[in-house]
Amino acid sequence: MSDTLQLAATSLAAQSATTEHRPLIITLFAAFVVATLFITIWAGRQTRSAADFYAGGRQFTGFQNGLAISGDYMSAASFLGIAGAIALFGYDGFLYSIGFLVAWLVALLLVAEPLRNSGRFTMGDVLAYRMRQRPVRTAAGTSTIVVSIFYLLAQMAGAGVLVSLLLGITHDGGKVLIVALVGVLMILYVTIGGMKGTTWVQMVKAVLLIAGTLLITFLVLLKFNFNISDLLGTAAEKSGHGAAFLEPGLKYGATGTSKLDFISLGIALVLGTAGLPHILIRFYTVPTSQAARKSVNWAIGIIGGFYLMTIALGFGAAAIVGSTEIVESNKAGNTAAPLLALHIGGTDSAGGAILLAVISAVAFATILAVVAGLTLASSSSFAHDIYANVIRRGQATEKEEVRAARWATVAIGVVSIGLGALARDLNVAGLVALAFAVAASANLPTILYSLFWKRFTTQGALWSIYGGLTSSVVLVLFSPVVSGKPTSMFKGMDFYWFPLENPGIVSIPLGFLLGWLGSLLGKEEPDKGKYAELEVKSLTGTGAH
Amino acid sequence: MATDAAPPPHGEPGHDPAHPTTEEFIEVQESAEFGELRHSYRSFAFPLTVAFIAWYLLYVLLSNYAGDFMGTKVYGNINVALVFGLAQFATTFLIAWLYARHAAARLDPKAEAIKTRMESRTEAGG
Repeated sequence: MSDTLQLAATSLAAQSATTEHRPLIITLFAAFVVATLFITIWAGRQTRSAADFYAGGRQFTGFQNGLAISGDYMSAASFLGIAGAIALFGYDGFLYSIGFLVAWLVALLLVAEPLRNSGRFTMGDVLAYRMRQRPVRTAAGTSTIVVSIFYLLAQMAGAGVLVSLLLGITHDGGKVLIVALVGVLMILYVTIGGMKGTTWVQMVKAVLLIAGTLLITFLVLLKFNFNISDLLGTAAEKSGHGAAFLEPGLKYGATGTSKLDFISLGIALVLGTAGLPHILIRFYTVPTSQAARKSVNWAIGIIGGFYLMTIALGFGAAAIVGSTEIVESNKAGNTAAPLLALHIGGTDSAGGAILLAVISAVAFATILAVVAGLTLASSSSFAHDIYANVIRRGQATEKEEVRAARWATVAIGVVSIGLGALARDLNVAGLVALAFAVAASANLPTILYSLFWKRFTTQGALWSIYGGLTSSVVLVLFSPVVSGKPTSMFKGMDFYWFPLENPGIVSIPLGFLLGWLGSLLGKEEPDKGKYAELEVKSLTGTGAH
Repeated sequence: MATDAAPPPHGEPGHDPAHPTTEEFIEVQESAEFGELRHSYRSFAFPLTVAFIAWYLLYVLLSNYAGDFMGTKVYGNINVALVFGLAQFATTFLIAWLYARHAAARLDPKAEAIKTRMESRTEAGG
């Protein structure tokens, strides 16, 4: 998301629009913060047991959780990133949305209900169910924390740059201050409000995001008399690419390698979603597996509708703002949506100023809600999987566990403020794709084997988690994401040998293969009784929490 | 035998799940009734998963290697690529709806019957 945001030294500020509108934007930011803190404190008063803290008391309805899932999932990367990618690369920007949406079918058909029925608080509950607790919990906790931290870091570093851009702050101190502010707020949301508070924050954010997007989409379509072909034609013409703008290939079609990279990315997006820990723990917030199913269906409807609107947003920005102005403001196109808001409301009118402020506030709300969800997922896993089941060997009381989760939240918050501040000038956009790749390579194979394959063993689980995790991280480390290219995280260095930016095409099959081999090659017999329990529970909900 | 940690305490207020024994779970798992539930679930979910992943990969491959075909205009500025993309949205919504319908009609009643019986047996037995 922060994709070369920092290169935008000219930025929105240069257009004087932002500095002028700063008071209004800050007022809306503050209103969101005050409202969500109020919700958090209210939710905190009702958070007593571990089930309250980890799973929001399991009292949310399918619709509420569907909204919250959408809030958790639609990060600033999808809101600003996809709109920007469509505005600059036309059709290829749209390819992202499709992978992000289709992925939900994996969650719906294979993961959500069995997980809800057989787990309690974390992904580790299901992965370790049939296995030796301590090694598998350690592995599940490690993978949860790694995926969440990568994702979190990308959001945090992006937040500093993005919010500075929207507010027209150009000095370093301001960016660090914003990263710190985001970090402190997310610590407050999670430690005080737990899952209940976080879920409400996600819902509020989802409603704001959908409302803001609907409004801009409506205004764009109105401008073209609801003639989509006209909108596309104008966008293609103003992009300077002509008809090619509406066809695949502008971004990924350059070489054989970039095409392969696109396949790799596509697979990681589709298979990664159902292995993202911060998404998985949302299924525990509803009372039954039917409600879990309903929440995924709501999420598919909301997220699908949102991605359809990004078409209007992206092509609208290309047609109305024009690529020259978008690139001038931010090379990666991340400000395309706010700029569109400004233009469509009228650059010199109060309408434009208000729309810009609203969309900026929505982007800020989006960042805050997503980082809170990620922090909760990693601190839950630390407290429940690693502290309670590995360190204390299942002897910790609920009170001790929740206390550990709160301290873990503070620790993770402080670490990510530090890393986010340090990484503010690095291009960390690749980290989100890496999080999806790790989730698809390490988590998804283990989840599916655990639920559906009776011969799966502890050794198989460890091989697939650690194998998928290590291979995806190592491949990215030696890919152009980290070094060797002008867009790399460390521009001055060059130690890459893996040609693709996304490791999925290698690491995902490897994760599946290792889980299978590890189970067959070990001497260990799978635990038949435990598998009977898990299978019957997961399909019927018998004895579900 | 495969756990070296005690199961976590089940202390959620207002909600105390029943705990059938492992033997009961094995018995149910091997029963014809559960076999039917498993079959109704797997024979629906697994082929459909393979199908939508194949359909999505086809779309990715066409975008990559069949640019001319994807660029064919269908109506005004709307081309095959856009229609294909929107078709992915449509099939996703369709599959979600089909699964919800299948689950409500074919899975939920069977699952509920097994669950009710197992949990009442546990309560009656102790």
